[in-house]
Amino acid sequence: MLTPLVAMVRKDLQLFFSDRRAVIMAFAVPIAIASFFGSLFSGNNTTARARVDVAIVDQDQSTISKSVVSGAQGDDNLRVSTPSADEARDAVRRGRIGVAVIIPRDFGEAAGHAFFSRAGKPQLDVLFDPSRSMEVGLVRGVMTQHVMESVSREMFNGRTGEKVVDETLGSLGAGNGPGITLPYTVQEEAVTSGDNVQYNGHAHSFAGMGIQFLLFATTNLGIEMLLERQRGLWKRLRSAPVSRLALLGGKTLSATLIALMTLLVSFGFAMIVFHVRIQGSIIGFASIAIACSLMAATYGVLVAALGKTPASARGVIILTNLMMVMLGGAWVPTFAFPAWLQRATVVVPVRWAVDGLDSMTWRGLGVGGAVVPTLVLLGFAVIFGTVAFARFRWEEA
Amino acid sequence: MLTVSHLRKTFGPLVAVDDVSFSVGRGELVGVLGPNGAGKTTTVSMIAGLITPERGEVLIDGRRLASDTDPAKRKIGLVPQDLALYDELSARENLRFFGSLYNISGVALDHAIVQAAELVGLADRLRDRVKTFSGGMKRRLNLAAGLLHDPDILLLDEPTVGVDPQSRNAIFDNLETLKARGKALLYTTHYMEEAERLADRIVVIDHGKVVADDTLAGLHACVPAAVGGGPASLESVFLTLTGRSLRD
Repeated sequence: MLTPLVAMVRKDLQLFFSDRRAVIMAFAVPIAIASFFGSLFSGNNTTARARVDVAIVDQDQSTISKSVVSGAQGDDNLRVSTPSADEARDAVRRGRIGVAVIIPRDFGEAAGHAFFSRAGKPQLDVLFDPSRSMEVGLVRGVMTQHVMESVSREMFNGRTGEKVVDETLGSLGAGNGPGITLPYTVQEEAVTSGDNVQYNGHAHSFAGMGIQFLLFATTNLGIEMLLERQRGLWKRLRSAPVSRLALLGGKTLSATLIALMTLLVSFGFAMIVFHVRIQGSIIGFASIAIACSLMAATYGVLVAALGKTPASARGVIILTNLMMVMLGGAWVPTFAFPAWLQRATVVVPVRWAVDGLDSMTWRGLGVGGAVVPTLVLLGFAVIFGTVAFARFRWEEA
Repeated sequence: MLTVSHLRKTFGPLVAVDDVSFSVGRGELVGVLGPNGAGKTTTVSMIAGLITPERGEVLIDGRRLASDTDPAKRKIGLVPQDLALYDELSARENLRFFGSLYNISGVALDHAIVQAAELVGLADRLRDRVKTFSGGMKRRLNLAAGLLHDPDILLLDEPTVGVDPQSRNAIFDNLETLKARGKALLYTTHYMEEAERLADRIVVIDHGKVVADDTLAGLHACVPAAVGGGPASLESVFLTLTGRSLRD
């Protein structure tokens, strides 16, 4: 009993260690991925901190509001832009920034009065991207700090402050003085495709996960092509009077159709079960879905072109697929990455696909919002397809 | 019909095929014999256009193949050594796909499928998935897939590997039928009895070179008669020509 058992274990270990690439993949991939993402989220001081992009619209232009904007601009946690209100709303809706703060007219004076009394607190309007709700809390905290600093500085040192303090001292005699209070209120608004449209988190998760499994489906087709070579099927294909373009084109087209079906079935499920809706352009959604499927299909063919054996290619695609979906924001939102990585991930096609599908679903953008993601994804498809065609092993010994 | 002249192919330092020349005429079956690694499959691959020779040429009816899409490729049918079939598809679906590669469609394709399946004795199993087939049935279907477009030249690379005597015999009968129809057949093998039964002429290749190209009788004449005065067996001839050292 023991001898065969030991023999079985020894044989399996021999087989495992005989495939050097598989061994490297088994040990190195989890170490590499864990180390990489650990370093991203460990708060290492040598890494540039990810600043939250926030737009501040100063409609007040008072001493206090200018001081608030200035304080926010100097804050390490924020990267502040100062567009118009319409531009800020549009930027949030398109996902270019996570949060916009609108300081209304007469905010400074009203906040000064509210500093010592309960009545008449002005309102800060905070527009936010509902897929990045984590950023709202941070912005609210940072803005509280800068508003309090600006208002207190003006109240205790500025000309407005003298007048307001005199008025407040008078009212203290009437016995209704509340002491120092937060001198404003906040009205938060999740910016979606319309006023009555709720953010549906499933739209984002199905985009991310849909693309992840679409990539696995197409790279699996690439593995199948390598298996076909091992089984001699490519000898038959190559002996027929069929051009190389037709052979790889046929593979690409079938992979595109399978990828498209994968994506549409998962979104169909999300629509039926989780009420995900295409709030934007259906044509835009279709064009992104097709471009994304074509990109994934050419990527699968690239796997077949660069892979030597099915086993070695399988190990590599697990690594590359996981990296692509993680860096593309399918698992962790990209705003959580360090600033340099957020910029770097524009070279990851998954990011364009996820952002593009988000734009057409819950963000509700028109067909114009699909143009850039579609073109970028088609560009990736052209690159992958060209490299695959150039590197494909056409000779069948 | 098929002329091979001075073919040469190397893989790094290995000279796989070196100055190989022979021809196959209409209604003729030429057997290519050689030990493992002799260069038989590489030669067939060059004839089928799967690999490009470094030197020499392959002529089909006196014409060299110009490109991947050269219509003259329709004159060649390849039956690879591997069972080049899709196990998850039915026999009909496999044949439909391989026939479509030669631009055959519709009724013509259906007719070609039935004819090829009848020839190899699989007409009643066309609906079944290939994964349910025995090794011998797969070998016969592999042969049928190379016949769909009715090629004039059939390249058979060890088409009977791993099949039982019944299936092998059926394949032999199929090949004799094809030969009688005027097809030119090139048949690689290292089974002597197959070459003895089928081949009109035998080309012996060793270390990438042609070491003999003759009829069976001609080859027998190359070596001394066996004890008792009868002709030497083909195996003796083969071992005389290629030596007795093991090939790895």
